[in-house]
This record gives sequence, C-alpha cells and structure tokens, in this order.
Amino acid sequence: MISAVPLEWVLILASGLFCVGLFGALSRRHAVSMLMGIELMLNAVNINLVAFWRYTQPDEVGGMIFALFVIVVAAAEAAVGLAMAIAIYRTWQTVNVDSVDSLRG
Amino acid sequence: MDLVVQIMFGVTGLLILGAAFMVVSVRNIIHAALWLITCFFGIAMLYLLLQAEFLAIVQILLYIGAVAVLVLFAVMLTRQIDDPDEPVLFQRWRSTLLITAILFAAVLVPTIYNHNWLIFADPQPAFAGPRELGFAFMNAYLLPFQIAAVLLLAALVGAIIIAMEDQEQRRVRVLTLAEEVALRGEREPSPPTRPANPQPASSSSNPTPPPAPEQAGEGA
Repeated sequence: MISAVPLEWVLILASGLFCVGLFGALSRRHAVSMLMGIELMLNAVNINLVAFWRYTQPDEVGGMIFALFVIVVAAAEAAVGLAMAIAIYRTWQTVNVDSVDSLRG
Repeated sequence: MDLVVQIMFGVTGLLILGAAFMVVSVRNIIHAALWLITCFFGIAMLYLLLQAEFLAIVQILLYIGAVAVLVLFAVMLTRQIDDPDEPVLFQRWRSTLLITAILFAAVLVPTIYNHNWLIFADPQPAFAGPRELGFAFMNAYLLPFQIAAVLLLAALVGAIIIAMEDQEQRRVRVLTLAEEVALRGEREPSPPTRPANPQPASSSSNPTPPPAPEQAGEGA
C-alpha cells in the first residue's frame, strides 16, 4: 500500500468524501440527513489521520489514538444530535429544518 | 503486486465515494441510512488497506454497530409524512454544490499536490496494534482517555434528557401514520397543500406500512 499508492491519492479520496459530506450537511432538508452528512465529514477526517499516521509516522501510535478520539466524539455527537432531532419532531411534528424557524425575527 | 493494491484501492475509493453520493442524493431516508452503512464498510476496507486493523474493527463496531443503528432508530421515530413533490434539497442546493466543487477542485486538490509531504523514503512496517494502543492509552494518553470517558457519560445523560418526554405529554404509544395525519389536520385548520384525510392511502410517499402500536416512553 505504501509503495503502491501515493499519499496524495488517499488525501484526495478523503477530501472528495469531505466535500460530498459538506454538500449533504448543507443542502438536505431532513435533520437526520444533515447528521449523516456530518458523519461523512468526520469519516473523511479520520481517513486523513490514518493516512498521515501510516505514511509519515508508522512507528508512533499518536495518529491512531487521535482517530479513535475522533470516533468517540462522533459517537457522542450523533447521540446528542439524534436526540435533538427526536425532540424537534415531538414539538413540531416535522424534522424539516426549514419549518423549524420559531427564532426567526 | 503494486497493480493489485492499486486496483483494490481504486475499487474501495469508488465504493466509498459512490455510497457517499447516494447518501446525499437518494430520496428515501432509510435508503440513505443503508448507503451510509455501505460507505462505513468501504472506509473500514480502506483502513485494512492502510494496515490499521484495530481501527477497522472499531469502525465496524462503533459506526456500523452503534451510529448507523442510532440513525435508523431516529429515522423510525421521526416518521415524516411528506408529499412526493416536495424537494428533498434546499432551494439553494445548486450554489452549495458549486461551493463544494470549488472547494474540492480549487483549494483542496492543488494544496495536496503542491505541498511537500515528509514521507519516509523506505516503507516501514506498521507499529500500532491493539497491544501498543492499549499501552499508550494507559500511559501517555491516560488523561485524554479519562476525558473521553467523561464526555461519553455527559453525552449519554444529555441525550436521555433531551429525548425524554414530559410526564403529562407522554403518549402511550407511537401514533400510526393515519393518526398522525389526522393530528396534523387538527393542528393546521386549513393546510394549503395537505388535506386532512385519515386514510392510510396517504402513505404512498412512505413505503413502510404503519407499524403496529408500540409501547413508547416506557422506562424513560
């Protein structure tokens, strides 16, 4: 893998995944779909961390540790975000984020 | 040998990017969640290619086993009765697509190619297995490990608090789709687009049939 695939290919794959996730998080109307886009972005960041660990510092564990912490934070974020989606649905009977505009001036 | 690895990387990359495109573009949100699981599997394959076996296992356990199931449960609990003509994206999705495409093509790719990465001249074997990771977690990274534990506890309590229903507002069971349509018709006296007909035939946009009444909120 190291000699066959250059680091740039992995980074471009991760940046493509990040852009797809950013598009999903910014343009979907459903709140759960927005969270899915955010999960895609976090996974792209994780691919970057693992690629940097493997290509530049394979004799340290720092990159893997950082990726594991990103996974932990993503799990916590997903739990709280989905609980918020359920609470929004219970109040407004919708999860379309366009309809939830009671704070609009 | 190099060609085989390159082909495997290409297949994995196409799987990841294709599944991600389906996640953000497919209409049915259950299908989007299933494509998200496919994307997570592809990323676990990429971790295996990068010789991060432990992280691949963690990816499958945590993302597919926990996060994706959580997303599916949230989709089930927030069933929405949307008419099929309503767009699934915002009005401004073209400008969003333009911005992300420009970010990818004009910022990220030139930056990646113009930077001089400090890569080892000779490839070294990967070092971090579960044994080394556990050793590092118990020694150098002990404080972040504990902080992550506190963060998970706070997120657990916060998610329960946010999603918990009030005692007087508690519904006995999850409403069926027809009851939800009727309830929405009561709340909106004259809905402009959606007439209040409590027939199950209005669930044509939602392929899943209304489930049997379930107990909800018990034990909360």
